[in-house]
This record gives sequence, structure tokens and C-alpha cells, in this order.
Amino acid sequence: MTAVTSPSPGEQEKAPPSKIVWVIVAAVGAVCWAVLALSRGEDVSALWILFAALSSYAIAYRFYARFIAYRVLQVDDTRATPAERLHNGVDFDVTDRRVLFGHHFAAIAGAGPLVGPVLAAQMGYLPGTIWIITGVIFAGAVQDMIVMFFSMRRNGKSLGQMVREEIGVAGGIAALIAVFMIMIIILAVLALVVVNALAESPWGVFSISLTIPIALFMGFYLRYLRPGRISEVTAIGVVLLLLAIIGGGYVDQTGLAETLTLSKEQLVLGLVVYGFIASILPVWMLLTPRDYLSTFMKIGVIALLAVGLLIATPTLQNQAVTDFALNGNGPVFAGKLFPFVFITIACGALSGFHALIASGTTPKMVAKESQVRMIGYGGMLMESFVAISALIAASVIDQGLYFAINSPAGATGGEPAAAAEFVRTLGFSISPADLTAAAQSIEEESLISRTGGAPTLAFGISLIFSRAFGGGLAAFWYHFAIMFEALFILTAVDAGTRVGRFMLQDTIGNVWPRYADVSWKPAAWSASAVVVALWGYMLYVGVTDPLGGINQLFPLFGISNQLLAAIALTLCVTLMLKHGKAKWVWVPGIGLAWDLITTMTASWQKIFSDNPKIGYFQQRSLYQDALDQGSLLAPAKSVEQMQQIITNSTVNGFLQALFAVLTLVVVLSAIPIWIKAVKAGGLPTTEVPHEPSTLVAPSDFFATKQEKEAVRASESAERELAAAGGQQ
Amino acid sequence: MTGPVLRAARGLRWWLRQTTGESKWDDYLDRCRRESTEPMSRRAFERHRADHRERSTQSRCC
Repeated sequence: MTAVTSPSPGEQEKAPPSKIVWVIVAAVGAVCWAVLALSRGEDVSALWILFAALSSYAIAYRFYARFIAYRVLQVDDTRATPAERLHNGVDFDVTDRRVLFGHHFAAIAGAGPLVGPVLAAQMGYLPGTIWIITGVIFAGAVQDMIVMFFSMRRNGKSLGQMVREEIGVAGGIAALIAVFMIMIIILAVLALVVVNALAESPWGVFSISLTIPIALFMGFYLRYLRPGRISEVTAIGVVLLLLAIIGGGYVDQTGLAETLTLSKEQLVLGLVVYGFIASILPVWMLLTPRDYLSTFMKIGVIALLAVGLLIATPTLQNQAVTDFALNGNGPVFAGKLFPFVFITIACGALSGFHALIASGTTPKMVAKESQVRMIGYGGMLMESFVAISALIAASVIDQGLYFAINSPAGATGGEPAAAAEFVRTLGFSISPADLTAAAQSIEEESLISRTGGAPTLAFGISLIFSRAFGGGLAAFWYHFAIMFEALFILTAVDAGTRVGRFMLQDTIGNVWPRYADVSWKPAAWSASAVVVALWGYMLYVGVTDPLGGINQLFPLFGISNQLLAAIALTLCVTLMLKHGKAKWVWVPGIGLAWDLITTMTASWQKIFSDNPKIGYFQQRSLYQDALDQGSLLAPAKSVEQMQQIITNSTVNGFLQALFAVLTLVVVLSAIPIWIKAVKAGGLPTTEVPHEPSTLVAPSDFFATKQEKEAVRASESAERELAAAGGQQ
Repeated sequence: MTGPVLRAARGLRWWLRQTTGESKWDDYLDRCRRESTEPMSRRAFERHRADHRERSTQSRCC
């Protein structure tokens, strides 16, 4: 190793190739935004959204992210990162920035940014587009990057650890409980999306079930046949996966269809058993190979979708802003644009869950401090792009069909004539024959009330792909998209259950040390069982809810995720003030303020609203009163269903209140520290002291000329040193 | 014309091998060569990595 002093940040950055390029990018963005803002009732191409997003991202990355990195955080490439200082080749491992970008993106991106925008499309394409883009630029990407930076300066401490050390024990405990419970809700809601997509769909069940033997085969291949040949086995796996999707199309002809047509309850049981087994099996058998598959599907499909959109240039069928945005009576989820669009979109604009990944794993692998801009901010921009694509896919579908797919079964009655009538009462039109034809086009029994977002997205993707690539493959593309979503939801369920199990073991281990031993079977099994039982219960509640599971549980999921973001941003604000950067506190501050305003309003409404469609407790008392008087309230058809609604609303309302209180505990315990820090102009923190870095690596996606030269110089110096060492 | 295409393909292969962790084995062999130590078998090496993964599962996000 040789010491090459890094040039100062100013010189190290690429001199702008030419200001003209940025003027053009800004002009393209401005035109796209203007078209989106001004078009009403005309044919609007989806590409306006796509290019409004891309040009806004480019400008934000070039200017705002750079400003945050060099002025606000003051990234310092003369400082050795934890990966360099503590290198052990395992957790702490200097990783090429482009590789780490892939790792980080694969870890943060999942089904959330796909589902949220699809549901939010009920309010029109404009609110979603605006929030996904501005939210990521000013809140989501800022959170990911700042959390990553602060964690990196603390040897990769986790969010929970940092909250405990920098804000206090009470805040730390509240954050720990919040993280655990939010994980349970996320797993339940994601599993619910899969259940809703696979119920009564023999083709889907066939292909998704085959992913288990495929993953097992890959696992054994890597363990016993050809260890380490990951690219090879992944290629085999992807081919098998495609065969599984194609094979599903023939299920009808083989007489297997009957056996594979599963009800939602059967699927819940299947998922719970699967989740338990998957979380206690050795990871090499199932989890690791499945992760390879889902990562490649993820990156592949997103690239394909971008290309497909450019070729197909679909026209938006959705309105810019629907009436539901203003009156709050939408069937997909209740509530007005403010605050519910911000809650529903969740992951694609701001996701608290990312703070768990941006602290801990990724910061231990960053080679140079300045790379947090590319990995943290850039990674989140990419996730936002996924959300935009999902919003487009949901908005190119005929609106009558969109509402027939996404309204709960209690409203549509589950059959074409009633569904068409219900859609008409919403102010849209679709004939029963068209509903049936749409389902037939993708070889599904029915599309009515296939809530959860996945079928809608898959239908939209299949429309775009059939149009872009031709060939009358609508049914294949639909099931391909379902597979793509189900695959990484199942990966999230496997990994999430396992992480939940570790958290539980670790927590109980504080009072009973032996329980923390992750290889002690009784502890591993019982902790897994508890985690699976918790999300399994919520999943069952969602599946059997007479009011429709997604519209009841998704707000809970969205709010909890945004509340976790509030905890993460509170930590960012606290650390900015402790480091004496009160001047720049608005950078995480605007995200925090907006997030608290929206989530606290939403929490307040979900708890106290006197509209039974929104307020859980109002809903509870409405059904309780009716039950007391001995009457049934639609959509409940029996006393049991009435009781079920009452129990579910109570549980949901209680959880909702608990999340809000836990977040407030963290925020309120931080405020005295803020005041103290501002008065003192800064407070001591747990940041590790500066140690000089000897590593040389570029900062951004593309290395500048100077950076390339510096890397070359350092490599050749290293070689000389090695050669000299060899001669001795 | 083949120049840039070939380079892109090679770059993609490099990225995929790095991202999956397949190239860790090559790095390990390099290190053994540098330090003139006898490398363990690939099977043992990959087991070692799997054992570590067993304890450090990373959550996949939403």
C-alpha cells in the first residue's frame, strides 16, 4: 500500500463537461413538468412522466446530492473508511463502488415501490408523480445518504445502536420495538400481496411453487456439485424459472388445475409453514440461491421495463387528479390526497426501512467517504425510478378495469355484472364482457377484486411488454410479472423472518444469555415460530377481513414505514446539531418536518377520525353498535364477520397508536438534545477519530481522468512494493 | 466495432462475478499466492463463506 494523498474535493470532482448539457437537461425537465401540469383530458404520453423523472433525478444528483456530500456532510476522502481500517474480508470489506451500488440497491428495492404507487394511482397520476420525484430528492435519498454517512463514521453501527447512543436509552428502546413491529407488519402486508396475487390462480401457484425446488437445486449444486460457480448456477436457475412460467400455461390441460386452485386461507397456511421452515433451514439451501435469482430478476425486469416503456410509448388512461383525491372516498383505500398519498406511496419516495440497510451492512463496505453520494443517494434515486415505472404501468390500464381489479370483493361482489355496476357508480365504465375478456387475455379466471397491487401491476407490465415486444404473449408477460414480484416478496419474507428471529433472540439474550446463541436450536426454532406466528396472524387477519385486507392493512404498513423514516431523520437532525452544523440542519430537517406532518396527520385520522372508513376505532364502534342492536352491517354477512371486523379494527387501531407513540418518544427525547447542542454549538458524539486513508478509488459512477490516473499510480506503486517485498 | 462491445461484455461479466461474490475465490487465491500460503479447497472456502452468511442475514427491504 502506498500513501497517495487524495486531491481536495473541489479538484477531485469532474469539471462540468459543459454547462450547456445541464441547461438542456433542465429544459427537458421543465418542459415535461409543464406538459404534465397543464394537460387535462387529453392523451398524455407516459414518456412525459418518465423524462420528468429522469431529468429531475439527474439535476438533483449533480447539484443537490453533491452539495450535501461536500458542503453539508463534508465527506473527507483523506479519512480511512471502516472497510479500509477494519478490513477482515468478511463484514468489513473494501468493495468496488459499482458492485456495492448493486448490493445496496438489491437490498433496498423490493415490492414496496411497486405496490404503493399502484394503489396511489386511484388519486390520478399527478399526485403520485410529484411526490415520488420531489419526495426522493428532498427526503428519501437524503435520508439514505446521511444515515449511511453517519453510520460509516461510526464503524457501521446500526440505526438502533446510534439512536440509543446519540439520543438516549428511552429513544433507543422505542426505536428497537418500532423496528421489530414494523418488520412484522411489512412481512404480513407483503405476504398478503402474494396471497392475493396467487389465490385462484393455478398458473401462478404452479410457477411460484416451482421456485422452491429450483432454489433447492441451486443450493445443492453450489454446495456439492460445483461450489462457488454462482454465475453458472444462476443462469441455469433463470432458465428453469422461465420454463416454470411457460409450463404454468399448460396446467389447465394436465388436470392439475383443480389441485393448484388454492383459496386464500390455504395459501396463508402454505406461506406460514414455508416461512417457518425457510427461516430455520441453513441459508445455503434456500435463502442464498433464491436471493441470487430474485436479484437478477429485479435488475433484469427493471431494465426491461425501462426499454419497454421507451418502445411502447403508452398513453396514460388515468386522469391527472381523480375526484377521490379530493373527496377521500376512493375504494382502493380511504382518505384524501393529504395525507394519504404520502403514506401509500411509501417506499418509492421515502422509506424508513432503508435506514436499516444504510446503517450496518453497506457502510462497512464503502471504499471512500465520497462514495456515499453515489451509493446512498444514487441507489435511492434508482428505487424511485422503479416506483415511477410502477405508477406508469398502473396508469396505462383502462380506469374501469383498474377499479374493478382494486376494489374490495365486498364492493364488487366478485362477478362481472356486479363489478361493472359498481365501477359505474364510481363514475367509470367497463362492460361485464370487457372484464371477462381482460381476464381471458392473460388466461386468468377473473381479475375482479384482485387487490394488493400485484395483479394490476402485472397487467400493466403485460400491456407494455406485449406492445413493445409483440408476439401476443400477454398471458406469459402477466405471469412473468407476477413471478417477478412474488419471487422477491418471498425472498423478503425468508430474510425478514430470519432477521426478526435474530432481533428477538438478541433482545431476549439480554436477560437470558444462552437464548442469544443463534446456533442453539431450541432458541432458533422458538424465536422463528414467534416471528412467523406474529406476521402469520396479521396476514390471516388481512386475508379474511370482510372489509378487504389491503385497504385496511396497507395504510398501517405505509404509516409505520414513514414513522420509521421519522426516527431515522430525527437521528440525522440530532447528529447534524451535535456536530455543530446547525446551519445545515434543514437538509434532513425538511424531510423530517414533512414526514412528521403527513404521518402524524394520517395517524391522527386513522385513530380519531369519525369517518368509519378511515378511523379504525370509529369503524369498531359502528360495527359494535350494530351488533349490539342485533343487526348486520354490509359487507359483513354474519355475526362472526361482524365480530371479526370489530377485532380487526381494534387491533389495527391499537397498532397504529402504538407506532405513533413510539415515534413520538424518539422525537421528544431528541428535542432536549437539540436545544442543548444548539446552545453549546455542538456536543461530543461517538464518531471515530480521523485516520489517514491510503486507498485510492473514484467517487462517482464514472471515474474522471484524474481519478483514473491516481488509481493507476497507486496500483503501480503497489506492484513495485510487492515486487520489492518478493525479492527480499 | 467489436472493441467496445467486447469491453462492455467483459465489464458486465466482471460486475456479475463481483456482485455475486464469485470472484472472492480469485481474490483469495491471489492473496495466498502473495503470502505464499497453501490455499484451502474451493469447497472448504465456500463452506466458510456460507457459514458466515448463516449468522449475518441481511434484511431485504420492501
